[in-house]
Amino acid sequence: MSEKTQTARRVLAEYTYEPSPSERGYTGQTLYVNLSDNTVSARPVTDVMREKFIGGRGFGLWLLWHGVNDHTKWNDPENEIVISSGPCGGTTQYAGSGKSLVVSISPLTNVVIDSNVGGHFGPLLKFAGWDALEIQGKADQDVIVVIDGPGGRVTIEEAPDVPVDTHLVGHWLVEQMAEKEEDRQFMSVVSAGTGAEHARIGCLNFSLYDRKRKALRFKQAGRGGIGTVFRDKRVKAVVVKSPPVRGDSNHPADRDRIARVGAKLHKEIHDYDDQQNRMRRRGTSYLVQIMDDYDLLPVHNFRYGSHPDTPRINGDVWEQRFTQGLPDGCWYGCTMACAHAVDGYTVRTGPYKGQTVILDGPEYETIAAVGSNCGIFDPEPIMEMNFYCDTYGIDTISFGTGTAFVMECYEAGVLDKEKTGGLELHFGNADAAIELLHQMGRGEGFGKIAGQGTHRMKEYFVKEFGADPRFLQDIGMEAKGLEYSEYVTKESLAQQGGYGLTNKGPQHDEAWLIFMDQVSNLLPTFEDKAEALHYFPMFRTWFGLCGFCKLPWNDVVPPDNSQTDEPAKIPEHVQNYVEIFSGVTGREVTKEDLVAMSEPVYNFQRVFNIRLGHGRRDHDDIPYRSAGPVTVEEYESRAERYDGQLQDILGLDPAGMSTGEKMAALRKHREEQYEKLKDAVYERRGWTNDAVPKVETLKKLGIDFPDVVAVVERYL
Amino acid sequence: MKVLSYDPELCVGCYICEETCSNTWFKVTDAEKSNIRIHEDEDGGLSAVFCNQCGACIQVCPTEALYQDRKGIVRVRKKLCVGCLSCVGFCPYLAMFYHRDQTEPFKCIACGKCVEECPADALAIADVESPAQ
Repeated sequence: MSEKTQTARRVLAEYTYEPSPSERGYTGQTLYVNLSDNTVSARPVTDVMREKFIGGRGFGLWLLWHGVNDHTKWNDPENEIVISSGPCGGTTQYAGSGKSLVVSISPLTNVVIDSNVGGHFGPLLKFAGWDALEIQGKADQDVIVVIDGPGGRVTIEEAPDVPVDTHLVGHWLVEQMAEKEEDRQFMSVVSAGTGAEHARIGCLNFSLYDRKRKALRFKQAGRGGIGTVFRDKRVKAVVVKSPPVRGDSNHPADRDRIARVGAKLHKEIHDYDDQQNRMRRRGTSYLVQIMDDYDLLPVHNFRYGSHPDTPRINGDVWEQRFTQGLPDGCWYGCTMACAHAVDGYTVRTGPYKGQTVILDGPEYETIAAVGSNCGIFDPEPIMEMNFYCDTYGIDTISFGTGTAFVMECYEAGVLDKEKTGGLELHFGNADAAIELLHQMGRGEGFGKIAGQGTHRMKEYFVKEFGADPRFLQDIGMEAKGLEYSEYVTKESLAQQGGYGLTNKGPQHDEAWLIFMDQVSNLLPTFEDKAEALHYFPMFRTWFGLCGFCKLPWNDVVPPDNSQTDEPAKIPEHVQNYVEIFSGVTGREVTKEDLVAMSEPVYNFQRVFNIRLGHGRRDHDDIPYRSAGPVTVEEYESRAERYDGQLQDILGLDPAGMSTGEKMAALRKHREEQYEKLKDAVYERRGWTNDAVPKVETLKKLGIDFPDVVAVVERYL
Repeated sequence: MKVLSYDPELCVGCYICEETCSNTWFKVTDAEKSNIRIHEDEDGGLSAVFCNQCGACIQVCPTEALYQDRKGIVRVRKKLCVGCLSCVGFCPYLAMFYHRDQTEPFKCIACGKCVEECPADALAIADVESPAQ
């Protein structure tokens, strides 16, 4: 740790307040910070917010809706970044109860993005007196925002000396502001990095103080470019200090009820995690081999779903790399403990070459994105890119998926060495991928172009290099402007919808239906798929309203789960959530209520997208690569499967057809299926055939506010 | 090191140890606030649950609230405890307890009060080389 640096911190604005303690999960106030005019104020949490929007993502959407207008773009001053955990956030007894949701208008999609993240910021924000933080406006110089709960003071401060890259800024600020060990433990920093200044795929890092390592760790709000918005507003960091966290800091209505289910889940994880997913030892990296085994692991820009070299980067490898035996939860009491780290990692390239750092992760998505999807089956460059993505404030998923697209373009001749400024971006060229990332960090060269995201790269390659727009559309794995997360969906129509029929773009946190659909064949009809594409997005939305992580819901299951009526829903765990929500808020709910609580928020978000000029049927289109084989080699690599489908489903005889004819027939069928899926899902969700929520749906859900109805009426 | 030991053959199931323990540490007679719990199985056999100071809980504690003192006894530093109850779920012997009246868990520290009060000499403070694993 470095010496404490005494640096002048000039206060531009100061606001004093009497922190309101959390009562039944709510402080009743949100904090509004405007960086354009340096104003800070408190806003009340209204009954509508509490009842209809619950917290977390719901609060983010509500506050953002009232902060922007129909034409607001991501870099307009009125765009906001809203951070909120939710009423159950900060619970220490139940694994995965410390998440924050970040909401903003995305520079990638031009619609609302919501990104969930671990780390301590959201819960500590609440314990500092605030249910949400709303940052609006743009500073005219780099600033930090400091929320000092124990001191009852919020400041906006000039920050010329504060570094930008996350692994530096977090440490720097905590050392500046902490007087003693306990202060470090109850502080959290949100930061981005230099890459987020140049790329649209910027992420936010949320710190947590790891008391056993005596060091800061970071979790990422990766998706949708919120880090880019953060740096565009010229924020270097937001710091929160809270009073010491205790087992009842949320002041829940019924602490014992929460303790009982919390202790039960701890025991379940203790007893079964080693036999099930080994999350405590390898985190989400356990998924790498499973995805490969089922032909679902993205390889070479989602062309394939498996590769012989996968064992070189699978969970066995990461279990060896990760430091074992430490309580790696990203919030207190998470015994699922998936937030692993490689301690003592020595950086081998770039500006921090030679530094020894704690490498947070990598997690499954990162391993697949910057690893297999780019043809890189070597843990070393995966770790290097993980470190630099985080510290530069770059989303590993968008970086990996975007780089895989670049690599396919390179191999297809769309790009060459001249166009990339000398980078030989073949699949598997880790050095070139790392240099691309450094260019993003510096805002230079081809890295700057790639940092604009896949959607804009497609436009650029067509305009500047005369590339075939249809080919790029087929292979560029983005929808709504957001890069796909890391699952091959070609054989699961339901998951094509799970990605395509989302509000924010193709991120698996809305629905992950591949096993139900493709492996277990539990969703044979369009109605079944539509029901799943209603239930699961709503159910998963609920986590983000309350401050929960999805992983303890189904990455460990009770031993008798398979004997239940609906094993995919993990009924016992859903009941746990009922107990905790009721126990924290005192608002008695049932299992069915969880989905009913999410529906207004989910529909509100769809209307929000429509208000911003997107969010209708054609915006739910997906690239063909996510539905079927685009290239001949792709088809032929799984010819037996595809030929069989032509025969069995379409009644065609593949023997008499060329590969081109077979691909065309398959494509026509699959694209028709996707359109039929849209019809079924929109109907189930109470939307028009153009994906617009009907007024009667808004009424039923109690969100028929005049300004909301006015948006949908334009399209009815 | 000194730990509590129990002999089921001698135990008469009077539960005086539970009463003594809760009175010693919580100033109430309440088995749910005892650091030792006597269980009777279906066949009438008796068993006791209490901490053997193995220290498995120390590893899962995220805040260093659990530690082994100079004598090897596992203790709870209440000031550092965030009440997460990870230790409760991860105790291999189910010997870390919690109660609605406080956020911090509690456990046997081999104080020996129950040994003094046990009428059947079923409890003793034993000197062992190392805690059970």
